[in-house]
Amino acid sequence: MLNVHDLAVSRGGLTVLEGVGFGLAAGDLLVLRGPNGVGKTTLLRTLAGLQPTLEGRVAVDQEQITYSGHADGLKATLTVAENLQFWAAVHGQTAIDPAITAMDLTALQARRAADLSAGQKRRLGLARLLVTGRKIWLMDEPTVSLDAASVGLFGAMLRAHLAQGGAAVVATHIDLGLPEARVLDLTQFKVKSNRKGAFDEAFA
Amino acid sequence: MSIWEYANPKKFMQTSTWALPWVSGLAVVLLAVGLIWGFFFTPEDYKQGSTVKIIYLHVPSAMMAVSAWFMMLVGSLIWLIRRHHVSALAAKAAAPVGLTFTVIGLVTGAIWGQPMWGTWWAWDPRLTSFLILGLFYLGYIALWAAVEDADTAADLTSVLCIVGSVFAFLSRYAVLFWNQGLHQGASLSVDAEQHVSNVYAFPLWFCIAGFLVLFVTLVLLRTRTEIRSRRIRALMSRERAGVL
Amino acid sequence: MMALLQRDLRLALRAGGGFGLGLAFFLMVAVLVPLGVGPEGALLTRIAPGILWIGALLACLLSLDRMFALDFEDGALDLMAVSPLPLEGVVAMKALAHWVVTGLPLALMAPVLGLLLSLAPGGYVWLVAALVLGTPALSLIGSFGAALTVGLKRGGLILSLIVLPMYVPTLIFGAEAVRRGAVGGDAMVPLLLLAAISLGSAAILPFAAAAALRANLK
Repeated sequence: MLNVHDLAVSRGGLTVLEGVGFGLAAGDLLVLRGPNGVGKTTLLRTLAGLQPTLEGRVAVDQEQITYSGHADGLKATLTVAENLQFWAAVHGQTAIDPAITAMDLTALQARRAADLSAGQKRRLGLARLLVTGRKIWLMDEPTVSLDAASVGLFGAMLRAHLAQGGAAVVATHIDLGLPEARVLDLTQFKVKSNRKGAFDEAFA
Repeated sequence: MSIWEYANPKKFMQTSTWALPWVSGLAVVLLAVGLIWGFFFTPEDYKQGSTVKIIYLHVPSAMMAVSAWFMMLVGSLIWLIRRHHVSALAAKAAAPVGLTFTVIGLVTGAIWGQPMWGTWWAWDPRLTSFLILGLFYLGYIALWAAVEDADTAADLTSVLCIVGSVFAFLSRYAVLFWNQGLHQGASLSVDAEQHVSNVYAFPLWFCIAGFLVLFVTLVLLRTRTEIRSRRIRALMSRERAGVL
Repeated sequence: MMALLQRDLRLALRAGGGFGLGLAFFLMVAVLVPLGVGPEGALLTRIAPGILWIGALLACLLSLDRMFALDFEDGALDLMAVSPLPLEGVVAMKALAHWVVTGLPLALMAPVLGLLLSLAPGGYVWLVAALVLGTPALSLIGSFGAALTVGLKRGGLILSLIVLPMYVPTLIFGAEAVRRGAVGGDAMVPLLLLAAISLGSAAILPFAAAAALRANLK
C-alpha cells in the first residue's frame, strides 16, 4: 500500500534523514522510533504529502492517507459529535457512531470540545481517524496525554483497523501492546555528511 | 551553454565579480554625461525656466520604478517555475532599489510640481499611481522580512508579486477612472508628436540608460549580498546541527 | 465543501462577536467621522459615500487575520490539506463564510449609517448594491492576504500592509458608484466594473491563496 524508496527529508532547510526505505502492506503496523529531533514528524508529514520530498520516492495512493499530528484540529465551540460530523462530511462519510463507541465518547457526545480534558480531546482526535474512512493512518505521538485505559482503547481500535485491511505508521515512544508491530529505528537513517539542503543551494 | 547556467549561484558569483566593475563604470559614465549635459548645456525652457532640468532625474527614476517591478515579476515567475534560487534572490534584491526609485520619482515630482502647478502634491492619476506602487513595494519588502524560512519566503513573495502586478495594473486604470489629472503626457515617444524637443531629449536618453545600468549594478551587488548572507545562514545552521 | 461553510458559519455564530464586531466597528466609524469633520450636513452629504466605503473596508480588514490562523494553530488546516477537499475550495468557502459574516451584514446595515452621514436620498439603493457587489472582492482579496501571512507572528500588521493597496480598485469603483448614484449620475459603469473585480477575484485568488497556504504548511 505504501512503498518508500531511498527517501530524504529536510526540516528548516537542513536534511535530517536520508536513505529511508520501507514497505507497508494491508494489515501492517510500523512503529517509528528514535530520539527527539531525529525527524519522525518530518517523515510523517512528508508521507502525508504536506512537505515535498527532497530525494527518493513515496509510492502511495494519496487518497488513502489520513494524518494525525500533535494538534487534533478540534473546534472548541463545537460539540464532540459536531466535530466528528464535520470531518466525516469532509471525507464524504456519514457514520460517526462506530468512532464514538470505539473511543468511548458516547457519554461526551453533546459536550463542547472546550469542556473536555486533554486526554478526552486526544480520544476525540483519534476517533477522527475512523470517520475519514481511509486505509493508511499516519500518526504522530497518538498516545500523548492518554491514560492506560485509553491507550488500551486506542490499541483495540488500531488492531480492528488493521484486521479490516488497514495499515498504520505510528511515531511513538511507548509500547502500544501490539506484538505484531514492526519497529523501525530512524537513527540509522540520520544524515551523516550533510551534502544536501539549503547549504548547497547557496554554494553549488 | 544555456542562459540557465547563470542561475547557478557559483556561476553567478563568478560572472558578476567579473561584470560588476564594467557595469558600474558604465553607469557612472552614462550618468555623468547625461546629467552634466542636461544640467549645464541645455537652454532654459521659455515657460518652465531652469526647473525643467529636473526631468533628468524625474523621468528616468519613474521609468525604473516601474521597470524594477517588472524585473521582480520575471524573477518571481522563474523562481516558481524553475526553482532557481538566484532569481528569487534577485527579485528580493531589486525591491528596495525599486522603492527608492519610486520615492525619488515622487520627491522630484513634488519639487517640480511646486513651481509649475503651485502645489507640492496633487491627487493626479500618475502621482497617485506611483504612490500606490510604493505601497505595493512596501508590502512585498515587509513580507520578505517577516517570513523566516528562506524558500517559503521566496514562494510567498513570488505569489504576492504576481497577484500584486494584476492589482497594481488594475489600480492604475481605476485611478484614471477616478480622476483625469493635470500631469503632462508622455515626455518621450517615438511615433507621436514629440513632446520634448531634441535639445532636451538627447541628454535624457543618456540619463535613462544611465539609470538602467545603475539599476543593474545595484541589483547585481545586492544579489551578491543576498547569496552571501544565505551562505552564512547555511553555515550557521550547519554549525548548530553540529556538522561543523 | 458545504460542510466547511456550515462549520465556519456555526463557529462565527457561537464565538459571538463574529457578526457583531465588524458591524460595531462600522458604526463607530460612522459616528466618529462627523465628530471629526463637524456636523455640517452639506459636507457630510458630500463625503458620505467615501466614508461608508472606507468604514466597510476597514471593518472587513478587522477579522481577516483569523480566517486561516485559527485552523492553522489547531492543526485543522493540516488535516484539510490531507483530506479530499482541494485547498482552492477551502479558500473559496472560507472567503464565502467571511463575506456572509461581515460583507453581507455591512451592506444591509449601511443605509442606517447613510442616514447618520446624511447621504443624499438617491444614494441608498446604489450604496447597498455597490456593497453587495463589492464586498465579495474584499473578502477574496483578504483571503489571499490571510493565506500569505498565516504562519507569521505579527501577521496582522503585514496583512493590512499587503491587502490595503489591493483594495484600491474596489474602493475607487465602489465609492464612485455611490457618489454618482447620490447625485443622480450614471452609476452603472462603476457598478459593473466593481462586479467585474469581484468575479475576477473569485476566479483567480483562490488558486493564488491555495498556493500560498501550501507554501506555509510545509
